Amino acid sequence: MNNLLIAPIILPLLTGMVLIVFQKNIMLQRILSLVALLATIVTSVLLMNQIRDGGIQTLQLGGWEAPYGISLVGDMFSALLLLATSIVSVGCLVYAFSSIGRRQEKLYFYPLFLFLITGVNGSFLTGDLFNLYVCFEVFLVASYVLITVGGAKRQLRESLKYIFTNIIASAFFLIGVAYLYSITGTLNLADLSIRISEIGQDGLITTVAILFLIVFAMKAGLLLYFWLPGSYSVPPTAIAAIFAALLTKVGIYAIFRMFTLVFYHEPQITHLFIGILAAITMILGGLGASGYSDLRKILTYNVIISVGFIMAGLVSLTPAGITGSIYYLIHDILIKAIVFLIGGTIVHLTGTSDLKNISGLIRLHPQLGWMFFIAALSMVGIPPLSGFLGKVFTTQGVFEAGYYWLGIIGLAASLLILYSMIKLFMNAFWGETILSVEEEKGTTKGLLFPIALLTVASVALGVGAEAITGYVAQAAEELLNPNLYIQAVFE
Amino acid sequence: METLMVILVGILVSIGTYLILSKQLLRIVLGVSIVGHAVNLLIITSGGLKTGSAPLLGEKAAGFADALPQALVLTAIVINFAVTAVVLVLCYRSYQSFGTDDMEQLRGNEHE
Repeated sequence: MNNLLIAPIILPLLTGMVLIVFQKNIMLQRILSLVALLATIVTSVLLMNQIRDGGIQTLQLGGWEAPYGISLVGDMFSALLLLATSIVSVGCLVYAFSSIGRRQEKLYFYPLFLFLITGVNGSFLTGDLFNLYVCFEVFLVASYVLITVGGAKRQLRESLKYIFTNIIASAFFLIGVAYLYSITGTLNLADLSIRISEIGQDGLITTVAILFLIVFAMKAGLLLYFWLPGSYSVPPTAIAAIFAALLTKVGIYAIFRMFTLVFYHEPQITHLFIGILAAITMILGGLGASGYSDLRKILTYNVIISVGFIMAGLVSLTPAGITGSIYYLIHDILIKAIVFLIGGTIVHLTGTSDLKNISGLIRLHPQLGWMFFIAALSMVGIPPLSGFLGKVFTTQGVFEAGYYWLGIIGLAASLLILYSMIKLFMNAFWGETILSVEEEKGTTKGLLFPIALLTVASVALGVGAEAITGYVAQAAEELLNPNLYIQAVFE
Repeated sequence: METLMVILVGILVSIGTYLILSKQLLRIVLGVSIVGHAVNLLIITSGGLKTGSAPLLGEKAAGFADALPQALVLTAIVINFAVTAVVLVLCYRSYQSFGTDDMEQLRGNEHE
């Protein structure tokens, strides 16, 4: 029992509820939400150290023993994701201070932002399948509202598609829950794992596993990403960045959790299927990223490529592959926030997202340009930046497991990332400067600081990778040994 | 009884799917909502129907009904209700903005 586990959920939730009351007081809202998120960073660091020293931490809510109550389970994988989530949310929040606009700040922007973080943190920590559904809905409902912040026509149009897609995915989630409950009679993840290994993963359970895979693939953008480019390119920059950084990652987390803890008995069916989906996702994402000349489209397709790449590590089911995926997942949370914030800043400065009308920004905005360059190199995986270790380990794991085709597609997708990011860099930052300071549509005042903050975090993750190696290795070990998780829940 | 319920769920899902595939926004909302109800029925059915008395201490019965699916379905209904409310508001708002509820005209390809 560790009461600290509830803190990352309850801190943003309570703060958000309090902030609804202080709707008009913008300064108070800003300070309180920042304090809540900084406190979340502190608790996740504390949790990481407790898990390192004492193994997986659990909390049985209300004192009801597992499997009857709702368990919160914090293993190293969730703790690392919690830390990355809270760092990114602080970055995006600070960016929102000077970009979101007074009107939106009074219209409950901060409470919604905090509820989004509540749902994401809850999904990382819960040890119960139905509770996972509830946490998904918490952040989805917050995202339904956040995506329409501003109320522009194209936002309304895209948000309708986003909402309907997600409602249908949620219905499938519940169908899966109902099937699984009628087969096994439990919804506690640890208990599910025990019962499925006792009765064996037969065809029926594998079918349910594929159903869950479809649900989470829809949320993660694994092949079923048709809704993603539209809905991630319409909201205001700070919101688009937090969506790109976090929402697909929750789907990825759920796939990792379900297919390492519960449905791991038939990897030649389920994991091969995930591998095929990942390969197609990387190919199509790569084509999209290199084909479009619209800044936002290029960035959203890069989100899709990375989803495929992270999944490749899961497919291998080797220690190296899983370690690589975890590195890459943490790296990707930070880097996607950075490139979306920079992309949004470019649109803010020039008033257009068409690369043909943007040129030579580096003369007036050198910091922005070089931070983008660092982020681009990091995404491609140039050492010593943060993407490098993830790429090396994932590729190593995939080759060890004998999935040569998947590894080769992953490396080819890296080349397409390189091409698309350098295309973006050369078009937007190099060339003739066509806008003078007076002609620009906005300023970068207050916008550079949060981007710099996240860039420093990302570079530190790459250069100081030595410091987190132990944590990542432990996370991979826990994911590959479901018994550690089960023992912790039923201790 | 369970078989009957499952057939009912199937019928509701097909009606919902038909409505979701139509062009009018309001029909889609109704379709989504019907699929939601079908799923709720499925959850109730997953615990088995009419297998015992209320799960309370002191009831001297041979068997007790499974209370968990009922707790789940309660949560699912509330969430479904909240989401439907959000969607209806959004539909009204977009009808005001666009002056149409035809999804065909909300494709948005012409701006790309």
